[in-house]
Amino acid sequence: MDSLLDVSSTMLYTAFVLYLIATFFFGATIKQKNNRSKQGISGKIAITLTIIGFLAQIVYFITRWMASGHAPVSNLFEFVTFFGMSLVFAFIIIYFIYKLNILGLFALPIAMILIAYASMFPTEIAPLVPSLQSHWLYIHVTTVALGQAILAISFVAALIYLIRQIDQTVRSKRTTWLEIILIALFLFIGFSFISTAFNLSGYSAEFEYSFNGETVTTDYHLPPIAGPNEGELLTGDRMEPLFDAPGWMHGVDAARKFNTLIWSVLTGLMLYGLTRLILRKRVGAAIKPFLKKAKPDMLDEISYRAVAIGFPVFTLGGLIFASIWAQIAWDRFWGWDPKEVWALVTWFFYAAFLHLRLSRGWHGERSAWLAVGGFAIIMFNLIAVNLLLAGLHSYA
Amino acid sequence: MNVKQAKSNKKPKKRNRLIFRTIVLAVLLVAVIYALVSNLTNDQTSIETGAQAPDFRLEQINEHNERETVQLSDLEGKGVMLNFWGTWCDPCEDEMPYMESLYPEYKEKGVEIVAVNLDTTKFVVDKFINEYDLTFPVPYDSNKEVMSAYQVGPLPTTFFINPEREIVEVVEGGLTLDKIEGYLRQIQPEQ
Amino acid sequence: MKKIKCECGHVNPEGTVLCEACGKPVEENQHIDGNDKQKLLNMRYDGSARRSQTYNKSIVDKIWNFFSSVKVGVWLIVLALIASGIGTIFPQEQYIPANAVSRDPSIYYEDQYGILGLIYYQLGFHNLYSSWWYMLLIALIGISLVICSIDRFVPLYKALKKQKPKRHTQFLKRQRLFSETDHVTDDEKSTLISSLKGKRYKVYEENGHILAEKGRFSRWGPYVNHIGLIIILVAALLRMTPFMYLDEYVWVREGEQTVIPGTDGEYFIENKEFILDTYDENDERFREAIEQEGMVDKNYQTNAVIYKETGEDIAGAEPELEKVVEDEIRMNHPLNFDKYTLYQAGYQQNEFQNMTFKVHETDDPEEESLGSFTVDLTDPKDEYRLDNGFRVAVSQYYPDYELNEGEPRSKTNYPRNPAFVFTVHPPDNEEPEMSFVGIGRNVDATGENDYKLGVQDFETRFASGLTVRVDHTLPFFIIGAAIFMIGVIQGMYWQHRRIWLHPEGEGMMMAGHTNKNWFGLKKDIEHIIENTNVKMVDDQQEIE
Repeated sequence: MDSLLDVSSTMLYTAFVLYLIATFFFGATIKQKNNRSKQGISGKIAITLTIIGFLAQIVYFITRWMASGHAPVSNLFEFVTFFGMSLVFAFIIIYFIYKLNILGLFALPIAMILIAYASMFPTEIAPLVPSLQSHWLYIHVTTVALGQAILAISFVAALIYLIRQIDQTVRSKRTTWLEIILIALFLFIGFSFISTAFNLSGYSAEFEYSFNGETVTTDYHLPPIAGPNEGELLTGDRMEPLFDAPGWMHGVDAARKFNTLIWSVLTGLMLYGLTRLILRKRVGAAIKPFLKKAKPDMLDEISYRAVAIGFPVFTLGGLIFASIWAQIAWDRFWGWDPKEVWALVTWFFYAAFLHLRLSRGWHGERSAWLAVGGFAIIMFNLIAVNLLLAGLHSYA
Repeated sequence: MNVKQAKSNKKPKKRNRLIFRTIVLAVLLVAVIYALVSNLTNDQTSIETGAQAPDFRLEQINEHNERETVQLSDLEGKGVMLNFWGTWCDPCEDEMPYMESLYPEYKEKGVEIVAVNLDTTKFVVDKFINEYDLTFPVPYDSNKEVMSAYQVGPLPTTFFINPEREIVEVVEGGLTLDKIEGYLRQIQPEQ
Repeated sequence: MKKIKCECGHVNPEGTVLCEACGKPVEENQHIDGNDKQKLLNMRYDGSARRSQTYNKSIVDKIWNFFSSVKVGVWLIVLALIASGIGTIFPQEQYIPANAVSRDPSIYYEDQYGILGLIYYQLGFHNLYSSWWYMLLIALIGISLVICSIDRFVPLYKALKKQKPKRHTQFLKRQRLFSETDHVTDDEKSTLISSLKGKRYKVYEENGHILAEKGRFSRWGPYVNHIGLIIILVAALLRMTPFMYLDEYVWVREGEQTVIPGTDGEYFIENKEFILDTYDENDERFREAIEQEGMVDKNYQTNAVIYKETGEDIAGAEPELEKVVEDEIRMNHPLNFDKYTLYQAGYQQNEFQNMTFKVHETDDPEEESLGSFTVDLTDPKDEYRLDNGFRVAVSQYYPDYELNEGEPRSKTNYPRNPAFVFTVHPPDNEEPEMSFVGIGRNVDATGENDYKLGVQDFETRFASGLTVRVDHTLPFFIIGAAIFMIGVIQGMYWQHRRIWLHPEGEGMMMAGHTNKNWFGLKKDIEHIIENTNVKMVDDQQEIE
């Protein structure tokens, strides 16, 4: 058992490193001449590494499945990791259709951010509660992850489009919004960074507080900026929280998650600030020159095509399979659980996206902004709904 | 088709289009109204007044009453106050003395008071009956079948049934002496 | 406005932007699709007359045209999206946790979320998804769906049916993909045609003018998926009709038999046994997780027997039961019989099955038992005789004891906190003694009792919570969802690609159009012009 699990985590780590190296090779393609028939050696190396990394991650998936006896998609760590893996898979497919190296330079880091983010959640194998003991768990979750991953590719292409197209010579609303998107990416890096740092140092502070009338304890792995509402610090010689988390925050361990959020935001902003200091210009403006080669038409098309491919997959997994399972497990196919509602919101959003594009002619930049918005909703559903709003899906 | 023909076709075509559009809109409107109305009314699941009272037959457990079973259809021709209660329920307990005080008088007048009990143990019911010296029949609905047939929600719920077995009034919650008497008069058979 | 006769001889309906047959822009209608301001033609719906811009006289037409607008449709979607999101800010009424301060929404929201919660509640957002305005919003989307589809499908169908291979040069030049080659030989033309056929294009020819087309059926995808959505909405409507849909909940205790609500007294369920398994904390795989998160349920199930009442149809009458089915009901494993489905929804283990009491001398520090007796809490006897000659009479029984304003009483009907008043008659006709005994309670009425009663043992029992469902609307939802999926896949995974070849003297014009995936169309064209001198098309829309 343990050895399988060891293999599994080693493989995940290997995949991560391979993606990292592949990213550098995709980066190297920027300097090459634009010639699609002769792809250039670094592009080939990059995609090969990506595929090997993906295979390594599949090994991670299978060995973990063997070790636990159920498909590893049952908690937040496993799901987000799988989401990252699906993103790489979707990228590989799109890459072989369009042969666009620049896409890898953005898609792989985002997959890596996701995997790093996932590893900050409890990684132990958890037993399946009765409601999850169904084949629909695999069917539903894998289809949703794949659908969302393809939609994420739409975001990646749109982001490249925006960085390439937005005029950076003057500061405008558009440059500001673009920076906000990039800052959001920094926040994820900040989260992984700070969590790793304090994990390595072995920081721990225990609190006691009252939750729904019961006294419970929670273990902080980051110094408490925000403590539990009316909580009491149990561990000696740790800093007292600067303030208490507001009482309306519910969900399991809301205060600790809120504290983590504050740390992520602070670290992310710090990292962003440092980057700005070094670059001495907006991050978007710094990246822009490297993207000259990418054809905006092509990016626009990939972004739209990814939605066209991903929307049916997402509908199937996130709404239809979800409903079938809910009907079997919870006697109703639709229950207005927050996660369900946000899947519907995502669906509405992409439906609006398609209608605006098809019937109202929203192409290019407007379409790109929409693709970014769609991805923001997906991430909101993945993170905020699980962590902040309680519900059937609030695992982890 | 030439232009002239097209022109001559135009009027009926225009009219047909109007008819078509009107029909489609009307169908959609009806559907929407149906949805809204049934949404507003779908909370009321209980039996309504004016309905025929469902028949039932239950074992009677009040030792102070001579009946061994109670069957509603055997009470044909009498008014029936059908009360659903449990020993643990405060308002049920409050109205029991009122019912007991009115029982002898209205029994004479052709009204039967039937208090269907929903406790899980007969023991506590017996103690309760003895404590309050109840004399009216207390049928015991052990598997809640009658409760389900009458779609009873909160306790107590009382049905006032006229001699024709039609439900005249449904009261959810406790009753006062005056109110009980008022309803009993309503279901009293004509002399 | 009149019907418009094009120079190619085709008569178009009013409102047409591009002639249905040859594609020549109809001059006075170019503003409709914004073609007057652009170099390229707007090709959505192939420039067909979607709705009359002038036909706006009666109220019916005004309403119709309102819903016929995609802009309105998108606005409705956006509103529904925002409204849906708002409903998740605080939990909906049905998700108020069972252990909350109060499950009464008028108290809960303000208590938990302060002023914002109060506003949320007062605006009715605690019940947002069944509010009349949310339903109206969804209904309006449905109306928009129907009318938009009707208004676009018919003209588009006609336009694609009436299109001719010979197109007007203006139409071709203003396509996104276009090229003009000066000299094209007949050989080259036949190469083009055979490569087109090789790429599975349908090739139509008219006096040397060629239209190659594939994937036209993908244009119907949106209308097919809209039909699916309409079926789903109709199914939702049917669900509100009582006989199509039933939703009940029943608690059935171990060893008990009860009528299944919603079956009109026709079916009974017996809970033979309720089983609760938790994961083994010593299981190596899960040890770490269980250490951190605590015990986890592995399975809970009701071993149930369903009976059918075959006797006379009188509620409460001693039922004559016939066994219908015996099965296990688990999560993800519901039980079906007749038209009903039973789901394992929850369980409670807060009730006692029986309690065993022992009698001992009050001043015996060892509390050595002089005799014991067991009380079945669903059916206590009046009196228990012990082997040693003691008699214990049950004077009072409170299944769920609480002290209410100094008065002992039972809070509920169920033995959750049982308490007794016993009268102990010792042998040898000593004076009887009164004792009050409950969980963690033992009160001596006089303080002078010689004997004491204590709880020696007890057994609990489970109550199994089951949902009873009848849903005749499910097939409609399934059909609707299936049609929707077919529609989106048809519309999204295939594209309608067209290539026109237009001889001009010695040379030839070539134009291409697709409703999506221009990259694919370009690759097709690259392929078909291989081994010819025909010029590759220019993409006239490249963004810089």
